[in-house]
Amino acid sequence: MRFAVEVLVTLKPGLADPQGKAVEGALPALGWTNVSGVRVGKHVRLEVEAGSESEARTQVEEMSGRLLSNPVIEDSRILEVRGE
Amino acid sequence: MTARIGVVTFPGSLDDRDALRAVELMGGEAVPLWHADTDLKGVEGVILPGGFSYGDYLRCGAIARFAPVMEEIRGFAARGGPVLGICNGFQILCESGLLPGALIRNRSLRFVCRNVHLRVETTQTPVTADVLPGEVLEMPIKHGEGQFVASEADLDRLEEDARVVFRYSGPDGTVDDAHNPNGALRGIAGIRNEAGNVVGLMPHPEHAVDPDVGPTGGQALFASLLSSVMAEAGR
Repeated sequence: MRFAVEVLVTLKPGLADPQGKAVEGALPALGWTNVSGVRVGKHVRLEVEAGSESEARTQVEEMSGRLLSNPVIEDSRILEVRGE
Repeated sequence: MTARIGVVTFPGSLDDRDALRAVELMGGEAVPLWHADTDLKGVEGVILPGGFSYGDYLRCGAIARFAPVMEEIRGFAARGGPVLGICNGFQILCESGLLPGALIRNRSLRFVCRNVHLRVETTQTPVTADVLPGEVLEMPIKHGEGQFVASEADLDRLEEDARVVFRYSGPDGTVDDAHNPNGALRGIAGIRNEAGNVVGLMPHPEHAVDPDVGPTGGQALFASLLSSVMAEAGR
């Protein structure tokens, strides 16, 4: 079975996020002076051939730990697994 | 016989030629290695050069760590062989878990290309063995993602174990925020592993060996590396 999986990769809390800072710094120029705490992450979507949803999930978790994210600086979590 | 130092070329490496040339200029024998190689051709030291391996897609160094040659280098490092990662090479070593921490986007969000000064913090590595502690070396940096980060606990451990090898400093060795080009935590420009044989740094010693084209702060690191290898081999 084919599963579409969405993974969210975010910088660990507390780690400096220069990209988030830049976005936060630019928003007031557009009139939004009420924004703080901007963090920028990564969204990965992939399709996996697997026997079951839990198998797909397990495989993507391993991919996340080994390649999709760097566990030293990033957290990752599966947002959605959808059978197709 | 002189020291045989291998320089790995990944698709996207840029500074492999300069690293090979620096080894030769300093009196070593430079051996080109390819990312797909499965043997290290009898080299006695390995350099992972700067550049943008595999386009640096996903994260800098994230794909390169799975190259066939990295498996060999992992074994070589475990046996105590000297490994020096420069810039992208440093990022690859961190991604591989051979060194702790990670390198993220510069604090300024800008690519920074200029000469900097580095204070040598420990001589317990093959590349600083012949340098005096506290000595200041000048060489260029050129990176967009050179901000060294690690957890507070990891940083404390690095300090306690004297594993910080280089810090960004002024010409007189002053370490402060004004001399930190990328926001690296505690001004860290380079670190070593526990055994000391694996070293990574963001600045480029291989671009700083020829007085005709700039500062020569890199000479001391290559000279140390070559003499450490020779001493280890009893030559």
